[in-house]
Amino acid sequence: MKAAVIVFPGSNCDRDLKVALTEAMGHEPAMVWHGDTDLPETDLIAIPGGFSYGDYLRCGAMAANSPIMREVVKKAEAGVPVVAICNGFQIAMEAGMLPGALLRNANQKFVCKDVDMVIAAENERFVGGYKADQVIRFPVAHHDGNFYADEETLKELENEGQVALRYATIEGDVNEAANPNGSLNNIAGIYNKAGNVLGLMPHPERLISDALGGTDGKVFFDHLVQSIA
Amino acid sequence: MTEITQEIVAEHGLTPDEYTRVLDILGREPNLTELGIFSVMWSEHCSYKSSKKWLKTLPTEAPWVICGPGENAGVIDIGDGQAAIFKMESHNHPSFIEPYQGAATGVGGIMRDVFTMGARPIANMNALRFGRPDHPKTRHLLSGVVSGIGGYGNCMGVPTVGGETNFHASYDGNILVNAMTVGLADADKIFYSAAAGVGNPVVYVGSKTGRDGIHGATMASAEFDNDSEEKRPTVQVGDPFTEKLLLEACLELMATDAIVAIQDMGAAGLTSSSFEMADKGGVGIELNLDLVPMREDGMTPYEIMLSESQERMLMVLKPGREEEARRIFEKWELDFSVIGKVTDTGRMILTMHGGKVADLPVAPLADAAPEYDRPWVKTEPSAVIKGADVTAPNDLGEVLLKLVGSSEIASRKWIWEQYDHMVMGDTIQRPGGDAAVVRVHGTDKGLAITTDCTPRYCYADPVMGGAQAVAEVWRNITAVGAKPLAITDCMNFGNPQRPEIMGQFVGCIEGMRNACTILDFPVISGNVSLYNETNGTGIHPTPAIGGVGLMANIDKMTTLAFKNEGDLVLLIGTQKGEMGQSLYLREMEGREEGAPPSVDLEAERKIGDYLREMIEKGVVTAAHDISDGGLAVTLAEMAMAGNIGADISLDTDLPLHAALFAEDQGCYVVTIRPDDFELVEGFALAEDIPLHNIGTIGHTDLKIDGGLTISVESLKQVHQNWMPDLMAVRVSE
Repeated sequence: MKAAVIVFPGSNCDRDLKVALTEAMGHEPAMVWHGDTDLPETDLIAIPGGFSYGDYLRCGAMAANSPIMREVVKKAEAGVPVVAICNGFQIAMEAGMLPGALLRNANQKFVCKDVDMVIAAENERFVGGYKADQVIRFPVAHHDGNFYADEETLKELENEGQVALRYATIEGDVNEAANPNGSLNNIAGIYNKAGNVLGLMPHPERLISDALGGTDGKVFFDHLVQSIA
Repeated sequence: MTEITQEIVAEHGLTPDEYTRVLDILGREPNLTELGIFSVMWSEHCSYKSSKKWLKTLPTEAPWVICGPGENAGVIDIGDGQAAIFKMESHNHPSFIEPYQGAATGVGGIMRDVFTMGARPIANMNALRFGRPDHPKTRHLLSGVVSGIGGYGNCMGVPTVGGETNFHASYDGNILVNAMTVGLADADKIFYSAAAGVGNPVVYVGSKTGRDGIHGATMASAEFDNDSEEKRPTVQVGDPFTEKLLLEACLELMATDAIVAIQDMGAAGLTSSSFEMADKGGVGIELNLDLVPMREDGMTPYEIMLSESQERMLMVLKPGREEEARRIFEKWELDFSVIGKVTDTGRMILTMHGGKVADLPVAPLADAAPEYDRPWVKTEPSAVIKGADVTAPNDLGEVLLKLVGSSEIASRKWIWEQYDHMVMGDTIQRPGGDAAVVRVHGTDKGLAITTDCTPRYCYADPVMGGAQAVAEVWRNITAVGAKPLAITDCMNFGNPQRPEIMGQFVGCIEGMRNACTILDFPVISGNVSLYNETNGTGIHPTPAIGGVGLMANIDKMTTLAFKNEGDLVLLIGTQKGEMGQSLYLREMEGREEGAPPSVDLEAERKIGDYLREMIEKGVVTAAHDISDGGLAVTLAEMAMAGNIGADISLDTDLPLHAALFAEDQGCYVVTIRPDDFELVEGFALAEDIPLHNIGTIGHTDLKIDGGLTISVESLKQVHQNWMPDLMAVRVSE
């Protein structure tokens, strides 16, 4: 199996994602520079977190117009799985691959901490490594992760099973206390209509060993790689 | 040409004597550009003229020290051909005037110091001091500083893994923002700043030069008054995105062998970087200022040389390597310009618009900077306050709740949740413990990092306070199981021209020297920030110490959280029950009095070495030193972190309130499995270590026999709520 990590000026979780994918695949992913116009042959595209272009103008807005993103959008439309994390989620949204918007956190502050989540809709490829009612934990680290969509879009996302993950308490209750950023319906991640693109604010690549404080992220990547390979 | 009048000299912060020295060195009057250069090079901030005499007395060597003070940062050997590079630096004055940008550029500056030497930054820390929590400016400053530190570090993708924060009225008009960065490099690929090779190109890379920050170094060398707000334009504006590109571009170029020397442009910008490079290499430099990338038209040589625009570097390259280097910087969309060359004249010659605009001898200007032996007086000692001298409180539980929810002890989570403390995927111990631990990428080794200082101790007794600051750093690194290797110091004081302030400085240095010597813990880098005064009132003396330790295997790391029900709780060390300068006195009786608790450095070393030995044997399940608030607070912090209580019973001759709330030095609380007691006690007896079995972990309350019973949940509430409550009230700006 082959994977590609897209690197923009200002990406800073590209190495972490590379480590996580390398551990899951047994070999390194290709690191693809944003200015490239060709994507190598790949079975998975990963868009990492960070501050592409300093998040100047609007998070992800400039990166979404990088030459490589035209290729990424094309591959996604052809069915190649894409996982877009944090700034990657913002970029995918700005590139039109996912609906909605990510606003500034409700309390206006950057937030970095572990969050618990429940799986909102099954998608074998991305969350099939967990039990359906499992509470999973990844860290968040963002300033603009407050998911928003207009009423109609939100209804569609909910009805079509496109809401992937919701912030929850450790007991699995979806409530305001468990919402770190003000996201509508506690949404932490969503799928595109076809179900082959996952965008999420939390970072699975940050909890891939006991030394780091947990292994839910390792389960995520191990399963993703297994289901694609 | 502007005539150099006495007023202009005074505006540049030079004394009449210093100006006479300028005239002697030049044999003529300087022009305005040259005067500006003298002014920043001889500012307190750049020249260390009041502090140098004393800094020289600190121990700076050990077999594992690769490079001590004098370079951009210090370097230590961490084995396997790897080196840790670190330094702490102040950005106090700018942060008071413009907290977001002041703090952000402080973080940017210290990271540049570290990657200039060839290291990838792997962790940031900070040491912050604010005024009283209820001072009208405190919330605005705290909020801005924390956002600024996070804004820069988060964008750079370097985790901010911890720090410390104090609140005290002495900082009402002068907050302290000290930032530390630790980087990782190959021990045989360290880059230094000495220019060499006559004819070699001098290259400018990074951001363009603008008019921001002109005279920042001079501002940082003067007291504040009511007009300081007007100094806002001297604060630089940070661009962490550009610095991230600069970091990646520099590391890419450093992987080749094209660089002869490299220096970041920090305080005093192009002036100090070019002079330091020339001076260290014993060479001259010629610069054509027309070639400096500029942000705006019409900049004068004076402005170009004194600008403190951020995210810039100066390099000397090997001849013929310019194009290779240029390609790398252009890939990262950064400016790259060959602006001059190395000469053998020993002079700094600057040209612009075809004419010479400055011609200065390098060595006299750099080396003949004034050095003062300022008069000083010793701080009058205060009396020791024994437990018996303090009236016993009615309710010990109430005291503990009050301390745990007090400004000094309350949880700092509100702060560190705004810092990305996990990026880079190697944060093994997150903020909130005794020291943060960052794994050395791709290995099982860990670096333990902490910053500490107890300014109220330093104020009462600078010698003891200076020793305590170093000892506490050593202790915190020991408590997580690492071997303390070296420190960086950030010396924050008031006006050194006042003998009592100079006495605080001299005293703190003496204490630090004693501790560094006995603990084998050298100073490898540092920074001095003087004139932290507003309207004649100085801050508490604050020698902030940042330390780094090494653990061979992160599997052996300890944390402070109580873990297993039934584990034994041990107290290691001797309680003396001295209550002077304790938070108990301050919070319960409103007294900031007495001598600080004494530090016995020989005992400190012995006890710490013993604890580390036990941790390495794998028998310690939790460890935490006694510090602010005393034993009761130490136990409470361990219980809160582990979400589990303990039954404690103290067998002591001290009054119970002294045993619980005196801030005894050189003591740790440790937990072990009951089966390991014999082994732990055996080593303690053999090594003559005071060890007391004081209880057992379990249940949901912290119970202290004959003293108090409090639920861990209620402790957590007051501990966690204090800062969010303080910051919840909207700051009206």
